[in-house]
Formats: sequence, structure tokens, C-alpha cells
Amino acid sequence: MADKRKERIIEIENLCREFDDGVVAVDNISFYVRRGEFITFLGPSGCGKTTTLRMIAGFDKPTSGRILLNGEDISHLPPNKRPINTVFQRYALFPHLNVYDNIAFGLKLKKVKVTYQDKNGETIEKVEKLKKWEIAAKVEKALKMVDLEGFEKRSVSTLSGGQQQRVAIARAIVNEPKILLLDEPLGALDLKMRKDMQLELKEMHKKLGITFIYVTHDQEEALTMSDTIVVMKDGVIQQIGTPTDIYNEPKNSFVADFIGESNIFSGTIVGDKKVRFINHNFDCVDEFAINEKVDVVVRPEDVVLVDKGEGQVDGKIISSIFKGVHYEMVMLVGKTEIVIQDTVERKVGEQVSLVINPNDIHIMAKEFSSNKYDGYITKKNTVCFGDGEFECDVTQLYPGSILDEEGYLITAEGEKIDLTDVDVEVEVGLKDIEISDDQDIGGAIGNIVSMIYKGDHYQLIVRTDENEEDFVFDTEDTWNENDRVSVLIAKDKIKLKLKQEIKR
Amino acid sequence: MTQKKFVEGVEVEKNKFRLAFSRKQLCIPYGLFLALFVVLPLLLIVFYSFTDKDGGISINNFVRFFSSGTTVTTVIISVLLALATTVICILLAYPVAYILARSNLNKGGTLLMLFIMPMWINFVLRAMAMKDLLTLSGIFGLNNYVNVIIGMVYDYLPFMILPLYTVLSKMDKSYIEASHDLGGNWFTTFTKVTLPLSMPGIASGVTMVFMPTMTCYVISDTFGNGLITIIGKLIDEQFTTYQNWNLGSAMALVLLVIMLVSMWVTGGFKSEDTRGTNL
Repeated sequence: MADKRKERIIEIENLCREFDDGVVAVDNISFYVRRGEFITFLGPSGCGKTTTLRMIAGFDKPTSGRILLNGEDISHLPPNKRPINTVFQRYALFPHLNVYDNIAFGLKLKKVKVTYQDKNGETIEKVEKLKKWEIAAKVEKALKMVDLEGFEKRSVSTLSGGQQQRVAIARAIVNEPKILLLDEPLGALDLKMRKDMQLELKEMHKKLGITFIYVTHDQEEALTMSDTIVVMKDGVIQQIGTPTDIYNEPKNSFVADFIGESNIFSGTIVGDKKVRFINHNFDCVDEFAINEKVDVVVRPEDVVLVDKGEGQVDGKIISSIFKGVHYEMVMLVGKTEIVIQDTVERKVGEQVSLVINPNDIHIMAKEFSSNKYDGYITKKNTVCFGDGEFECDVTQLYPGSILDEEGYLITAEGEKIDLTDVDVEVEVGLKDIEISDDQDIGGAIGNIVSMIYKGDHYQLIVRTDENEEDFVFDTEDTWNENDRVSVLIAKDKIKLKLKQEIKR
Repeated sequence: MTQKKFVEGVEVEKNKFRLAFSRKQLCIPYGLFLALFVVLPLLLIVFYSFTDKDGGISINNFVRFFSSGTTVTTVIISVLLALATTVICILLAYPVAYILARSNLNKGGTLLMLFIMPMWINFVLRAMAMKDLLTLSGIFGLNNYVNVIIGMVYDYLPFMILPLYTVLSKMDKSYIEASHDLGGNWFTTFTKVTLPLSMPGIASGVTMVFMPTMTCYVISDTFGNGLITIIGKLIDEQFTTYQNWNLGSAMALVLLVIMLVSMWVTGGFKSEDTRGTNL
């Protein structure tokens, strides 16, 4: 345990940062950084990764929580007192100084302990500035490290983006920091340059042996360079792991979606190591409780296409694009699109079948907060979903709209819209579903397949026959499993959203 | 005829049409303006200063100017007054501009507006009001030079604040952070980063304060109890009181040279650096 603590150079404990305008950029995160590792904060913009980095650098003060460096709390230390240097997003090279003076900036301010022997042979300790030749030697070494020998006298404004980048790195590493922070350092470079710099940075990390903390929104960059990746979203850590872990075993649908391309389906566990999605029961390797709602992730390269009828699920190819090494194809199964990468091309329109290996099906628990369905509006302005038809209020699709006598929707702007067969997303809350023994009064009919007691209420699942659609809801009444019931949903509890703008 | 050309090649005709309204032609009115109201008067000044009253070429005006004790003293006093005003303006304006640019006090620019607003009021009126205020507070009458400097600083302070504010508010905060990151405390950060980076603003402010204060004799007359003469006043007297256009022109020319030199010293010529910092 003690050893483990020792190898942690940075420990973050319950770190929070709330800005003055009430925006919580970092929401109670905790993690540690091992000495000498290359760790990357990865996430979309606004996920709190840069704020976290700025707090480690000292530019931002945490609202609460602690940052420990080698076990010591540095949360309130100003940046100039921290043995940490930063490579800024847009380099922040001082425009009034040349390359040499930029790199020497930190060295000129540095004071070191020097011991002298005086006449009586006693040692005196003095705090002195670095000597000119010492600075010159260090700058030269740093310039050599970044491959910019001979650039000392150049003005920074005459340098290319890549060269400025190198100067910024040299300016930081010349101070021999314990930790180097890099805030999207390659963001301003073109693709080719970025790829080269990625490898160079990785090489530099090996040579210097110091800890690198890197921030990026580029998942590929993170996968290429890091020892450890911290995936963040909305100020919260989603997953911490090695690139392989994060790619192969994403913890939730956000990570899966953000890291690499993936197909994400909502599925239901229908048996022991059996999961149902795209209207088929697949074997899988993860164990979950039966009837649990899950997210299923399948990487495009893990979907195998075979001829029609030979695989697990049939469908049709609706798009195929050559991507250099492979073809990226989209297969339509029912109303679900599945992205597939394969080196063998299948023509658009071809009827095919897919096979997914149980090992390639990643199942993640899903926070279940409401029922979501794909539905469509009928001629009578009711909505069909979950193998049933329900009365609904279609005017919610357009704020301020009304229905005329003929059943057309009149928008607030006076436009007349025919909603027949329009695809909608339907959402029904867990508390908004009732069931009845009377099978004639409900919108859909099914059997109660699960009833779980949740402390003060039961959570029931009613499953329909035809497409095995589930209605999940909370109730205080007791029912029996396998009861055949009809599902009732109040007109105003059905939330509708247009899948796409209606073409007028 | 043009129609025929259109048929033959639409592209060619289009290009010709565009060329007919090139920037060069659009410059003509401005060129004329500059020639008439800048270049010609300058040439006239040069002509007058190198001629005597009868129109003969002579350098007598310059000899008279530099051999007269009063004129030389006046020039020195003008330069010193302008220098003092400029330095005080920088010392006062820098903190103000810094605070306005950096803190949340200036949200919506209201505070900046309050500092800049005096510029919109007639400056003679402002000078009179300031003089009355000084008299009321008893400061007025202690020393005429101090009075004049107070008056000039009061009048020209906004011209120093504005360019400094512009340059400081536009300055990328990451430079400051980079300096802290590299071990700089607030003092070294200020002297090694903020101050050098705000030099264009200072240069701009100096051009806008130093030059006018050398000639603005309304202030020196109002605040100096008529006892302080600056070079602007001297020139005015030559043209109005003594009707000696030749000597007046010579003085103006000397002043112009002094200004050019001082501008060169402050680096005001480097348009690249002062970009966006002028009014």
C-alpha cells in the first residue's frame, strides 16, 4: 500500500470547480497519476478536461477538493511555486522575445542552492541565479531535443506552427519539471504534422522519463500516445483505463461512442448470457440480470457480413463508401442502421445477413429512467408504438399549433401539416403507465414478464407478443407474473419528438 | 460595340468592368485631399521658413530662432512640460487601464466610458472648469508650472488611457499564465511580460499626449496665469501679432522635426506594433 502511494505523483481528491456563473466544469472527480506515465484527459469540448489541467497547473483554484503532489497538498500553491510546466494550447510564446529568450525565460528566474568553500574551509550555502553559461547550455540541449538547433536568434513570429510548437515544448522541458502538462498542443497543426508530433512527443516522454499529462478531444491521439486515458463528460470521469481497455471494454455508451466508431443499440437481457436487440436474440459473454435494459455496443469491424439467410439477422445495404483500407457500409435492419467495416464490398441494395461473435458484443448497464420507442403518427392523429396504438396530443410537435376540423395540424405560423406516417420518438415515463385486466380498453396487450419489488413499489415489465416490446413502469399494486394485461397511457403523458423535420 | 464584346467573351468584359473600378481610382479623391490640405501646406511652410519677407531665399529665420534666448528657452520649457505631462499621464493611466482591462469592474464598458467621456466635452470649457476647481481648493497659485502640468494631465489623460486599455484588454491572458507557469511571480511577470507587451499602447499614448502638449497653449495660458509661454504660443504670435509668417513657419518646421525625432524614439512609426491601439 505504502509503495503504491509512493508511485503516485499526483492524486486528485474530490475535486470540484464551479465558475462564477454557476457552471460546474469539474464535478467531484478523484483519480491518481502514476510517476512517469503518459496520462490523457479525453472528452468533448466543455467536459472539464482543460479546467482539470488548469487546476493542476495552478491557473484555476478548485472550489473544493484537493490536489496532492507527492502526497503534499498543492491546491492553493500559485503556479510559479509548482514544479510543473505547461505547453499551452496556442503555445503562448512571448512575441517580444526571440527563441532563445523564450526558452531561457524560466531559467533566468530560477534560483538554485549553490555550496561554496570559504577561506576557512567552511561550506556556505547560497541561493543564486543560474549562470549565463549554464542557461546557454541548457537552452542548447532543449533546442537539440526538439530538433531546432540554430534557431536561437529567430523571432517567434517567423516560425511555422510546428516550429512554434517545438519551442513551446522546449520552453517547458528546459525547466526540468516533474510533470509536463500539455493542453491540446497539436490542435493547431495539420494532420500530417500532428501524426509526426504524436510520435515525437511519445519518444520525448520516453527519453525524459517525466510524467506527461495530456489533454485532447481527439480519441485517436489519445489511443496512440497514452499509457492511461481518463474519459470525461460534463465534468465527470466516465472511465479510466489503458487505451486497450477503453476501446475494448467501454464502461458506458458515451465512452463507446466517443472512442472509435461504434453501433450502439438498446437491448434487453432475455436469458442467461442472451441479449435481444435488432429483433434477434444474440449470445453474449456478459452476465446481467434477466429483463435488464442494457446498451449494446458493437464495433463496425466486428460485424461480419454473409449472404442473405446465412447469418443471424437479414437486412439490406443502403450505403457503401471506400475508405482506403476498408469499405464502410450501412446496413438497414428494420428501421435500425448498422455501420459495418469490411474489406469486401457489398453493393448498395444487396440483401445480406450479419453475424456477430458473442465476444464482440459489449453490454453495458443502462440507467433506466423512461421508456423510449420508435413510433409513427396515424391518419387519426394517434401514435403507434410498442405494438399498440395510443391516443396522443400531436400539437406538442409544433409549439403553439392547433388541429383543424379535418385533422390537419395548423402551426403557429399558420402552416398546414399532414402528420400521417410521420416518424416520431416516443417517450413515456415510468410513472405514466397503467395496466388493466380489461384487454379491450388499452392501447397494447402483453404479458407481465417481470415484477421486482423496489422498496416501496413494484417495477413491472409488460412484454408484447409480436415484436417483444417492453413497457416498464412503477406501480404500488401487486400483480402476478404472466398475467395478460392491456397497457393504458394517458394522452398527455406521451411525449413525442419528430425524428426529422417534415418536408413541406 | 460593347455588346459585341460580351458575345465574344463574357469573362473578358467582366474583368474589364471590374478594373474600371479598381482601388487605384477610388483613391483619387483622397489623394487630391492629401495633396491639397497636407502636402501643399507643408511645402508652403518649408517655402516660407527658407525665405525672408521680400521673398528672397535665406536661412535668417532659423538663425534668429536659435540665437534668441527666449525662443530656445521656450522650446526647452515646452519639451520639459510635455515630458512631465506624458510621464505623469503614463503613471496615472497604466493602473487605471490595467484595472479596467483585467477586472470585472468594467463589465459593459461603463467605467471606461466614464474615463473617456471628458474627451467629448469642449476642452476649453473643461480647462476653465478645472481651473476654477483648483482655485477653490487652493492649489492654484502655488506654482504656475505645476498648474499647467495639472491642466495638461487632466486634459490628455483619456488619450493615454484608451490605447493602454485597448492593448491590455486585447493581450492574451495565456502570456501571463505562461510567465507564472515558468516561475515568474507577479512582479517579474509584470516587468518581463505585461509591460513589454503593452509598449505599443504606451507608444501610441505618448504620441497622442506628448505632441499636442507641446503646442496646446490654451492650457498654458489658462493655467499659467499668462506667465508661461510654450512654443505653440510663440508660433501663434508670429502669425497673428507680428505678422511674420516666415519666422512662424520656421518655428513650425523646427517643432515638426522635434516631433519626428521623438516619434522615432518612441517607435511610433512601426505601424505593425501600434495596430489597433490608436484612437
